[in-house]
Parts: sequence; structure tokens; C-alpha cells
Amino acid sequence: MITAILTLLVLAAIFGALLGFASIRFKPEGNPIVEDINNILPQTQCGQCGHPGCRPYAQAIADGEDINKCPPGGEATIQALADLLDVEPKPLDAEHGEEKTPQVAIIREDECIGCTKCIQACPVDAILGAAKQMHTVIESECTGCDLCVEPCPVDCIDMVPIEDTLATWHQNRPLSNIELIATDRPTPAVNKEDAA
Amino acid sequence: MMTLSSPHTTGSNTVSRLMLTLCAALIPGLLALIVFFSWGYLINAILATVTALAVEALILKIRKRPVLFFLKDGSALVTALLLACALPPLAPWWLIVLGTTLAILFGKHLFGGLGQNPFNPAMVAYALLLVSLPLLMTTRWAAVDQSADFGQTVTIIFQGGQTVLDGLTGATPLDDYKQSISRLTAEDVLVNPIYQTIGAVGWTPVNLAFLLGGLVLLGLRIITWHIPVSLLGSLALLSILIGSDADAFVPLSLHLLSGSTMLAAFFIATDPVSAATSNRGKLIYGAGIGALIYIIRTWGNYPDATAFAVLLMNFAAPLIDHYTRPRVYGHKAAVKGYKNEQD
Amino acid sequence: MTVASSLITRSRVWSISGGIHPAEHKQESNTAPIEAIPLPSTLWLPLNMHIGAPATPVVSVGQMVRKGQIIAQSGGGISASVHAPTSGRITAIEDHAYAHESGLKQPAIAIEADGLDDWRKQTPWEDWASKTHEELLQRIHDGGITGLGGAGFPTDIKYRNRHAPIDTLLINAAECEPYITADDRLMRERAEDILRGAQICLHLLGARRILIGIEDNKPEAATALEQAAETLQQRIELAVVPTKYPSGGEKQLIQLVTGKEVPKGGLPSDLGIVCQNVGTLYQIYRTVVHDEPLISRITTVTGAAVSNPGNYEVLIGTSMETVLNHAGAHLKKADRVIMGGPMMGFAVPDIAAPIMKSTNCLLAPTKKELPPAIEDSPCIRCGLCEQACPVDLLPQQMHWASKHRELESAELHSLEDCIECGACAYVCPSRIPLVQYFRYAKGELKQERQQHEESERARIRFENRQARLEREKQEKEARRKARAEAAAKAQAEKKAREGAPSSGSNDDDPVKAALARAAAKKQARAESAAAVEQSPAELKEALDKAKAKFDKASTRLQEAEANGDAMVAALKKAADKLEEKYLSAEKAYQAATQSQETDPS
Repeated sequence: MITAILTLLVLAAIFGALLGFASIRFKPEGNPIVEDINNILPQTQCGQCGHPGCRPYAQAIADGEDINKCPPGGEATIQALADLLDVEPKPLDAEHGEEKTPQVAIIREDECIGCTKCIQACPVDAILGAAKQMHTVIESECTGCDLCVEPCPVDCIDMVPIEDTLATWHQNRPLSNIELIATDRPTPAVNKEDAA
Repeated sequence: MMTLSSPHTTGSNTVSRLMLTLCAALIPGLLALIVFFSWGYLINAILATVTALAVEALILKIRKRPVLFFLKDGSALVTALLLACALPPLAPWWLIVLGTTLAILFGKHLFGGLGQNPFNPAMVAYALLLVSLPLLMTTRWAAVDQSADFGQTVTIIFQGGQTVLDGLTGATPLDDYKQSISRLTAEDVLVNPIYQTIGAVGWTPVNLAFLLGGLVLLGLRIITWHIPVSLLGSLALLSILIGSDADAFVPLSLHLLSGSTMLAAFFIATDPVSAATSNRGKLIYGAGIGALIYIIRTWGNYPDATAFAVLLMNFAAPLIDHYTRPRVYGHKAAVKGYKNEQD
Repeated sequence: MTVASSLITRSRVWSISGGIHPAEHKQESNTAPIEAIPLPSTLWLPLNMHIGAPATPVVSVGQMVRKGQIIAQSGGGISASVHAPTSGRITAIEDHAYAHESGLKQPAIAIEADGLDDWRKQTPWEDWASKTHEELLQRIHDGGITGLGGAGFPTDIKYRNRHAPIDTLLINAAECEPYITADDRLMRERAEDILRGAQICLHLLGARRILIGIEDNKPEAATALEQAAETLQQRIELAVVPTKYPSGGEKQLIQLVTGKEVPKGGLPSDLGIVCQNVGTLYQIYRTVVHDEPLISRITTVTGAAVSNPGNYEVLIGTSMETVLNHAGAHLKKADRVIMGGPMMGFAVPDIAAPIMKSTNCLLAPTKKELPPAIEDSPCIRCGLCEQACPVDLLPQQMHWASKHRELESAELHSLEDCIECGACAYVCPSRIPLVQYFRYAKGELKQERQQHEESERARIRFENRQARLEREKQEKEARRKARAEAAAKAQAEKKAREGAPSSGSNDDDPVKAALARAAAKKQARAESAAAVEQSPAELKEALDKAKAKFDKASTRLQEAEANGDAMVAALKKAADKLEEKYLSAEKAYQAATQSQETDPS
């Protein structure tokens, strides 16, 4: 009887010490989950989720907000977030917009009046220009957030889909025979090209 | 539009050709079983084939899969024939039907059908039957001398065996030797007419016939040598290292040439869907099965051990795969485990 | 011939893993001698016929060019120039059909041949050995030479970027793809020129030996090379490798003839080897010695739908259709036209596409010959693919990963080491289009990496911008505070000064100073207005423009209002602004016309 109690006590002490040690030794620093979430978000900084940029939304998700408010990321981002946070993926919340093909903003330069409104709106400083000077978009830096379209007083900014080039084109995922059955088909996000 | 991708030419190989060749290679063994033991094997084979195809078609229909396309691939046929070779020949008909149904349903389609099953379907059914109906599975073996003719066999199988007991024997040579050696010496045990100089009467030619079929498969490159060689090798090695004393353990010749050893080595363990994939992985996988067969036969309660050995190693196959990837051209070392640690 | 034995040695051959033996189909096209295709009327030369940056056009539409003249200059870094394959007139520089699976059109230069085939001035170098390495390399670069084996890598780069001392020039004469016999015929007919090209390369590399890797199904070509070596008194080592696909892959051939593997991420030069295709060596000879840039190549045209299969010397830029017609192809019988061999080639979406520097074969098979893919069954993990893989991958595992877009897992299985040779798909009993899966996954992987990089950049830019805005806000705040303080100080000083007796000086009187400044400003404005005064015509133009814009804006506004668009407010603002502009422009115009009427001068 006494031995049993003693044994249990000793075991409890040992394991307790181990747990205590581990909690100090392997303490995670900061709140890495926000960084992880932010890494998954597409960094479009479009604000369609209702937050001023991707990082604030990442913080909001970490605080328990829904993961389905990011139209530029679409299903793929939702899936990745669901995997990371171990929650059920949800369909994209239509309230915040729908998933579109990647786009880039183009200024019709002869119509630009040089008002700098779009420059102020661009979240990633991808528009070049100064007051009374023609503006232009640095395409490689444009995230396609379309925040610059609305402020333009003369409506000279177009959102154009990014076209395939030889460098970006790649083969589609083959549809196998068995996937001819509707329920077996991959979800649209897994294979955007197939849907197109 | 579907993109046509290279290569534009393929070999003539198809899944159904692979499966049908496998079935053809089973025939010498099946014939030997029929000739040396019982017509029951033939009846089993027919029953199992019909059941397998019917169940397969039914489930494909329910799962809304193209029925004919999958029936043609012959995988159900392979499962059926393997079961027919493995189940006791004089068991009642419903045992075969039940076993085949279990194999197709639980072994294959509940996991997603062809190519998705983590376990060998025939062995799943065999294990289920052995656990659920141990008596029928251990007492309905046929004796070597073929005392029951075709008509009698049909009667035994379809009308219940209790009325006609001729030709029934409870124990296979492996079982008999293990039971007897605890009381007798090797010499006394081997007096029993079921044994012969090498192996056991009937079982030795049957195993040689399966070996022949297996060699044909090897020659046609439908299977690789890795699994059979490592399986037989590890079984033989353990038998020599541990069980060389014939007065205490089943001798090597019986291990190799009786029971379902060759069937397991060439036809069951090599089932690609549930086996390990890389060459090194196959060696480990086969050796594992061989070792488990020896362990279960020697210290376990079951007379033969193929089903459990194969199923246990099926469990281990994905793990083996993760740690036995071959070294890729130009790499310094193989990538192991579940995470890429190279970068 | 006792000399021969000392000149020609047979080299040891190692083995590669996997490999397959598809039907060779070489005899259809390797019996007839190489035949030149007559000059076509129009040639289309894509600017991007090589790996690397596209060339930049240096000609304009309407310009006459001579044969061999550079029409597009290599565009810096890894790139190759494009030359006029014949003399004629440039008729267009625009997007044209291009031999690529995507079917995307690519910029190209069109030349209308004048039929004279008039060469530019050529300066042959019979004494190339007296030239410096730099001169030779420049000549190769200017000749627009790219690897003719299929990949199309600019050749001079191979000689410029060397990490280790080069010991061996490996001549790739394996030609393992079924059907293709362009190299085979070239070796049989022009072995000496090939070896002369090899001598130039040997000289450039400072290498010790020439090693030729050739499959044992080309004995005639091997003999021709041996004879050429005797004639030229050139020492060669011949490694006759067993016929097995894909022995002609650069890495595979190196493994076959040296037993060594090119390290991951490395180049053959890390092993002291430079590998060159026979066609490329031949072209190096033509360019260096005869000053002929890369304007034509040998292309195999074969397949059951072709009535005269064989090898043709084709000008780069000739349309595939022309070539096929010349070889007597029944395009109705042909199921598709494949550029390259049946194992690694691709179906050309549009045969108006021109022959490129890398077009080693046009294959027009009938449906019976190369049947379209049959329905695939699920993978049964039979492992045949793994036995066939020449780089020891596990294609069945990669297939699972690719199919379900598990890119991390695909990477784990070294997807990127796949050479897309197609051996796995060839042996697959389930007929799974494995290569297509792998190429899909590779593309996705690349895209994902790029997206990640882009989003990373966007994140940094966003954060920098946030920081800048914050800083500006603080600076503004600081300035405002400073101003307020300054104002307070000034106020205090003023108070103090008012208390003190006035100096009486004009300069110190703020009121007078302000008045003077205002007067000066007024004068300046009047002067500048006179200088900028525009002519009525200009003003009219501005007025019209403003009016058009205003009209457009107001119609848009009406539309938006009708639709209840969210943009109404913004549009209204814009319309108001434009109206204002329009009115002011009108005023200016009227004022100008009036002043003109009153002022007859």
C-alpha cells in the first residue's frame, strides 16, 4: 500500500518536473500564428475582408474571425488556412467579393489628369507619378487590388487580367477517366484551369 | 480541351493484361491443389469467381462507377482465385461466398476501389473468416489421398460436411508437426504418411507449382524478385538460426514447401497495391512478412500465418516507403521521412 | 590500317537505371540522303527560338536584308541572335503562330524571299586556330548558335561559364528518341565537318579528349566517324552504348560513358565535361570556318502519314506545312503533327508555325501508328514506372502528390529532378498520363513560388508604406507644433517690439514690405500671362477636348445614376470638375477670339 502510494508520488513528481521543464525550455516566442496566417494570405492588401491590409486580417483570424473573407486568395487560401488552423474550410463569403483571375491595373495614360488620388490609394506604392504629371502603374508590383480604380476622377484605370506567356503557361492537370463522375472531380480551386 | 502530352506512344501493357497474366500464373498451383487434394478447390474457384464478379459489378453500380470498365481489369478475378487457393477446400459453399464478398466489399471498395486498398483484399477476407469462424477454417482441409470424388465433394460443400466425413482432415502438415513435436521426436512425427523426404506429401508439389507460376511472373517482369527472395530468405534464415533442432521446431523444408509459403511469396505478398514500392522497401517488406510468418507459425496459435503476416506488413508499408526512397540521380543522399530537410 | 587502332579507342560503358525499349522506327527515315527543301516564298523567324531572353529586332518593315544578316540581336545575358535565312524584304514584325503546346502566338519577323539568295559579305576563317578564344566565342555568339539537340541553349554560354577545368568534350550522338535520324544521317554524310567542329571546341575548352557517345543501332554513323577521325588524324574515343531510351539525355549519357552523375543543381562542367550534340558541332564548324550563321538545320520528317520520310535541310523559319508538304505528308491521314520524337515531343497546335532552331523532327503519325491515349485506370502501384525511371524517382508516389496538388509532397519526392522522358508513362499499365501530371505539378510549383515571392514583396512594400505614412504624420505633427511655437514666439516678440521704440527704417516695416511684394507678384503674373498666351486655334482644340470629356463624363454619370451604381458620387465630382474646366476653356477661347478681332495685328 505504502509502496504503491510512494511510487505514484515519485512518478508524479518526475513527470511534473518534466512538464515544468518543457514548458520553460520550449516556450514559443511571441504569437507566431499571426505570422503564419499572414504568410498564407495573398498580400494583395485590398481590404475586401474589411481590414486595412492583410496583416490586420491575419490578426483578426488569430482572434477568431472567419477564414473565408479573402476573395483574392480564394478557395486555395481558405484551404491552406483551414489546414493551418485545423478548422473546417468554408466556402468564400460572397459578401466580400468573388474570386477572380489575377489582374493588374493599367492607367490609360493620355487620359490621366495627374490628380495623385490613385497614388494615395495604392496600398503597395505601385503607382508612379506626381501632381499634374501623368501616372503609371509598375505592373510587376501591382497586386491587382483595384483600390485605385474608384478614386480616379476621370476613370482612366482599367483592371486587366494577367495573360499567360510562354514563361508562365503550364500544362493542365489531366482529368482522369474516373473523374468523369461529378463528385470525384477536384474542387475548382484545386484546378482553376479546368474550370476555365 | 484535353491537352495531348508526351509521350505519344505507350507500351502494350494494361491493367487487365497484368491481372489476367497473374491469374494464368496461378493455374499450375490451383491445378496441383485440385489433383493432389480435392475437387473442392475447383468448386471454390468457380464459386469465388462468380461471387467476386457479381459483387464487384453490384458495388460499382451502387458507387456509380463504369461497371464494364472496372470488371474488365480482372482485379476481382485475382482476388477470387487467391481466396480459392487459400480457403479450405471442403468448407461449406457459403463460406466461400461470404469470404469473397467480404474481400471485395471490405477489402477493396470500402477503401475506394482498385488501387486504393491499403490491405490485400483476399487476406482481409481470410483473416475475418479465420477470426469469425475458426472451426470451419481449421477443420475442412482435404486429405492427400483424394478419397472424395467430385460428386462427394459437391455433396460435402453444398449439403454440409457432417454427413459425409470421408476425406476430411483437421490438420495440415505444418499444424500436425507443431502439435506432435511437443510429445514425440522428429523421427516419430515423420512416420506419419503425410510427410515425405522433402516437405509433405501433396504440399510439396503444390508449392513447387506455385513457385513455377511465380518464376513465370518474374520472367515476364510482372513482379520483381525483391519480395519473394527476401520473404523466403528471411523465413529460411530464421528457420536455420532458431529452429534448426528438428526435435523442437518445424524443419526448414516444411516451412518452405508446405502450407501457403510459395503462394504467399509470389502471389500474395507481391500484390503491388498494398506492398511497399521502392526496391529497398520491397526487400524490407518481404523480409518482414517472412519473419512474421515464422514467428506466428512457431509461437502463434494459428496453423498458417500468411494472412496475418501480410496484413501486419501492409500496415507498415507506407512507413517503409517513407524511409526507403531511392537516392535520386545527382543527389548526395536519399530524401527520407515526411519532411524535406534539404532546404 | 595500323594508324587507326592508335587513333580510335573504344571506351568503357557503364549503365543507367531504368530505361525502356520502344519500337525504334528509324529505318523509315535513315536510308535516304539529306535533301534540301527549295526556298519558300515567306519565312517567319520567331524572336525566341532558344532558352533565355528573346532577341530584339534590328530591322524595320520594308527593309531589304541579305542572307545571313542579323535581323534580331541577342538580348543580353543568355540569348541568341536571329539571322535572315535568305535575302529579301521584311514584310512584318508581329505575333505569329509558334511551335509550342500552349498555342500562344509569339513575336516574329517575316521575310519575303526575293529568290536571289544573296549572301552578306562573308569572311571565312580557314586559319581559325590563330584566332583568340574571345574572337572565336564572339563568332559563335554572333552566329546565333544554340544547342540543336532539342533544348536550344545558346552554345557560347557553355564555353564562357565553366566552373572546373574541362577534361572531356563529350559528343552526344546517341539520338535515342524513336523515329529521329537527323543526327544519324548528318554523321553518315558529314562526319568530317562534325569532327572539325569538335576540334574547334576542343581548342576552346583546352580539353584532353573527344569522347563520342553513340547508340549501337547506328553502326554506319560510327564507322563514318572513325573514318573521318583517320582522315583528320584526330584522336577520338568511341563509347558505343546499348540502345535504350533515354540514353541520349545529357545527364544519362554522361552516366553511361563516365559512370559519374552530374550533381543536383550542377552542370556537366562540374565533372570536367562539356557535352555537345553532333548537329551543334557541325554548325560551329560552318559558322567559325565558313562564316555561315545558324540559318538552316537538318530536320527528320517521318511518320506513317508521310510518303517520303527522310531528312531535310530546312531554312529556319520555313513553315512546318511547307516542309510536310514537300515530304509528301497526307495531312488528312495524320492524326496530329508532333515536333520532336514520340517520347518527348509535343503536338503542334498550328502547322503554320515555322521550323525553329530546335526542330529536330516533325512526326506525322496516323491514328493507327500512334493511337491516342486510352482511358486511364487507377494506379495499382505496380512499380513498373519506378523500374523504368532513369533517375530513380518514384513516379507512382509523385503521381499521387501531383494529382491531389500536394506540392510539398511532390517536392519531397524530388519532382524537380524529373527529366520528363516519359519512360514511366510508357510502361504504365493503367495508362496514366504521368508526364502531364508532373508537368502540371511542376508548373504549379513554379507558379506558387513566384506568387509567394510576389506576395512577400507586396507585404514589404505595404509595410514600408505604412511606416512612411506614420512617419509623415508624425513629421507633419512636428511641423505644426513648430509653427505654432514659432507663431507664439513671433507674437511674443511683436508684443515686445511694440513696447520698444520703432527704428523707423523702411525695410523693417512689415506692411510696406508686403505691399511691395504684392506689386512685384502682380507684375510678374501679367508678364507670364502675355508669354503663355495661346493662339485661338490651340485654345479651340483644348476647348473641344474638354467638351468631349465633359460630355462623356456626364453620359457616364447618367448611366451610373440610372443603374444606381456606387460610383455616382465620384463620377459626379469628376463631371463637375470637367464642367468647370470646360467652362473656363470656353471663356479663354472667347476672350482670345475677341481680342483677336479687336487686335488686327
